[in-house]
Amino acid sequence: MQNLAIRFWSILFISVGLAIIAHKVFQLGIPITPDTSTQTWTIQAQLAFKGNGRNIKATLSVPNITPGFAKIDEHFISGDFGLNANTKGDNKAATWAKRKAKGSQTLYYRTTVTRSSIERKWSTIPKYPEAPTFFEPYLTAVNKIIEDTRSQSADTETFTFELIDQLRNSDENENISLVRGLARTDAQVAELLTKLLAVAHIPTRELWAIKLEDSANNVQPQVFIQAYNGDEWLTFHPRTGAIGIPDDYVVWKIGRGPLFSLQGANDGELRFSITKSYINLLELAQFNTEKSNSLLGKLTLFSLPVNSQITYSLILMVPVGALIVVFMRTLIGIQTFGTFMPILIAIAFRETQLLWGIVLFTAIVFVGLLIRLYLERLRLLLIPRLTAILVIVVMLMLLISFQTSQLGLDRLLSISLFPMVILAMTIERMSITWEENGAQTALIQGLGSLLVACLGYLVMTNKNLEYLMFAFPEFLLVILGICIWMGRYTGYRVSELFRFRDFKSST
Amino acid sequence: MLVNYLGSVILRVPHKNMLSFANPFVLKKQGVLGINQRNSDYIMRYNKRKLYPLVDDKLQTKQLAINADIAVPKLYSTIKFNHQLKNLESLLQEYNDLVIKPAHGSGGNGILVLTGKIGKLYKTPSGELISINTIRHYISNILSGMYSLGGIPDSAFLEYRIQFDPVFDDVSFKGVPDIRIIVFRGVPISAMVRLPTSESNGKANLHQGAIGVGVNLKSGKTTHGVVGNTITTHHPDTGHSIEHLQLPYWDKILQIATKCSDTVGLGYLGVDIVLDRTLGPLMLELNARPGLNVQLANQLGLLSNLKYLEQMDQIPTMVDQRVALAQSLNE
Repeated sequence: MQNLAIRFWSILFISVGLAIIAHKVFQLGIPITPDTSTQTWTIQAQLAFKGNGRNIKATLSVPNITPGFAKIDEHFISGDFGLNANTKGDNKAATWAKRKAKGSQTLYYRTTVTRSSIERKWSTIPKYPEAPTFFEPYLTAVNKIIEDTRSQSADTETFTFELIDQLRNSDENENISLVRGLARTDAQVAELLTKLLAVAHIPTRELWAIKLEDSANNVQPQVFIQAYNGDEWLTFHPRTGAIGIPDDYVVWKIGRGPLFSLQGANDGELRFSITKSYINLLELAQFNTEKSNSLLGKLTLFSLPVNSQITYSLILMVPVGALIVVFMRTLIGIQTFGTFMPILIAIAFRETQLLWGIVLFTAIVFVGLLIRLYLERLRLLLIPRLTAILVIVVMLMLLISFQTSQLGLDRLLSISLFPMVILAMTIERMSITWEENGAQTALIQGLGSLLVACLGYLVMTNKNLEYLMFAFPEFLLVILGICIWMGRYTGYRVSELFRFRDFKSST
Repeated sequence: MLVNYLGSVILRVPHKNMLSFANPFVLKKQGVLGINQRNSDYIMRYNKRKLYPLVDDKLQTKQLAINADIAVPKLYSTIKFNHQLKNLESLLQEYNDLVIKPAHGSGGNGILVLTGKIGKLYKTPSGELISINTIRHYISNILSGMYSLGGIPDSAFLEYRIQFDPVFDDVSFKGVPDIRIIVFRGVPISAMVRLPTSESNGKANLHQGAIGVGVNLKSGKTTHGVVGNTITTHHPDTGHSIEHLQLPYWDKILQIATKCSDTVGLGYLGVDIVLDRTLGPLMLELNARPGLNVQLANQLGLLSNLKYLEQMDQIPTMVDQRVALAQSLNE
């Protein structure tokens, strides 16, 4: 019965823990090693202009909804301009302002994007547009083109595609040639298409996007035309008619260009430059989970303030260290001072690094023990004696720090952070064991504690493990399950196999 | 002092099988009980936690034993507070052959033996003479919790000093030889004699180097001995054989162990008994977590007896019946 309950709980804890971890790895894409990285692009928009001595107001469109991509961060470099960034509809714009500026001014906007499958839809639902006014001879030509196109298409998508296709190819058609004369650049073509589609009562808008190329300077934004089919926005290349936003374009702005406007300044010039780099997958996963609706994703330690994160990454390693102690004591049978003293020593080693930790620990405990044995002769009562040891430990630490700083061994100064209470407790525990159970037991337990502490230190300072515990605190459930299971381990300890080695059956 | 200790540890004669290990399957087959199994299958199952204070506090144990008509060394006096130490001298005037013990001591620690008084000084068994102030400090250390687990404030008590039965004279070095009986469900299942050595500093504690000698449950004769974990046939200090010694009052010893188990209510219990020259067997203390060395001393695992008694529905109620059951166990 009891064993059944134990199996139930430990299997439950372990499997729930592993299931959550699997969900986080496979669904949320949290990496299982800390250094997995992914591609990112940093796009910099540089807006340069000349102030003419009046109040300046410069507005720059910045990306807001970016299908296929996610913004990981963004920076505005404003110099001495006042900055105001706000979202209006589906667009976002930064407005810089300054009183009476003269001469060349440069403002920067920088954003880092990465590929992302998280969808954010455009929210704007357009009205049907008023038909624009064309004058003859264009009016007839336009009407004819719309009519022809309509007869060759079935819906908004095919209509738009057909229209772009006709504008591109039909050289013999004089109506087309006439209308095409209105537009030379992509922007003008887009504008023309907007007008033509408006005649057909199809809502349209322009879409400006930046092509991602590695180490590209002076990239110009590309305009696309979007048509609303009553359900969603369809995107077309104004020249080729290709449907959809190509997957190496990052949407910058929805609506009419240009991407910036200036008041009180002239000679405005906007340049884009792009660099490719790599970031930690973890940052990305963190970003993804923030954006996704997974409750488990929201319960992440990465959302804590950085200083709490550091504390927690240490705290989360303590159960791992404790598990080591459980294994060493129940399976191996190594004797230690108390259950958790080795973990405390291991945490203390984090401050000093392992080798120096062992040397200093041994030295201080040794000297402390000698003094403790002398205090014993002075017949001091327990509590004052403990306090006296504590004072002596602090003095020893002071002495070591002072000596090492004089010798120029700066790294040893970290001894000052070495938790002295742990040392004092170890000395006291060791000397009591020494008296009660003899020198041998005391030394065995002392070395056992040190050994387990070293193991604990190696495990607890393992960066990958630390990362795993932090990214997947669900491992605590797994550890809990293992502990419950271990709690019913009734087999022999390795030390018992040694102890009973001379055992001869008398049967 | 420290150097001596270190020396004695490092210079221990290496065992011939220093790095060999027992095969766990063979141990299992021989019914050897391991610590993990002892803790989870026996101590946790048969020993109620709330009964522990009865055995951890030797004063309570003594009182229980007196109530149950079990012979114990006579209690002279109890010291609970430091101010009681002012009257220590007059207390010691009445008895100058006595033992001072902490109520919560373990493993024979913190025990001070006084064998007489010479002038103003008190004599210890080693012949050292100590002053009343030394004794006072010693007791105040006990009171401050120096020998209790976790350093909890303790009380001290003064009791009759055992006059040892001559049976162990040839095979003990100073100190107190005692008999450890393991009692399960009120039936003794294993026994050993613990003989102090020079290494154990006169203490009957196997961890500190005392010899454990197995005892035949039926006859009360000693069998093999172990020092540490190593089998031995002779006492390392006196050189006398430790095998085939007949323990006197064997039936009575088994009866005391059985009664102790009833009195204290622990299902898995270690009973420590000493033999007095005139008073016979006296119960010294009880242990709720007895060690496993008794298996080494007897070269016999505990599991077969434990399992045999575990599957018995009804354990006889009469003490004599249970003693008889115990004596039939390893046949």
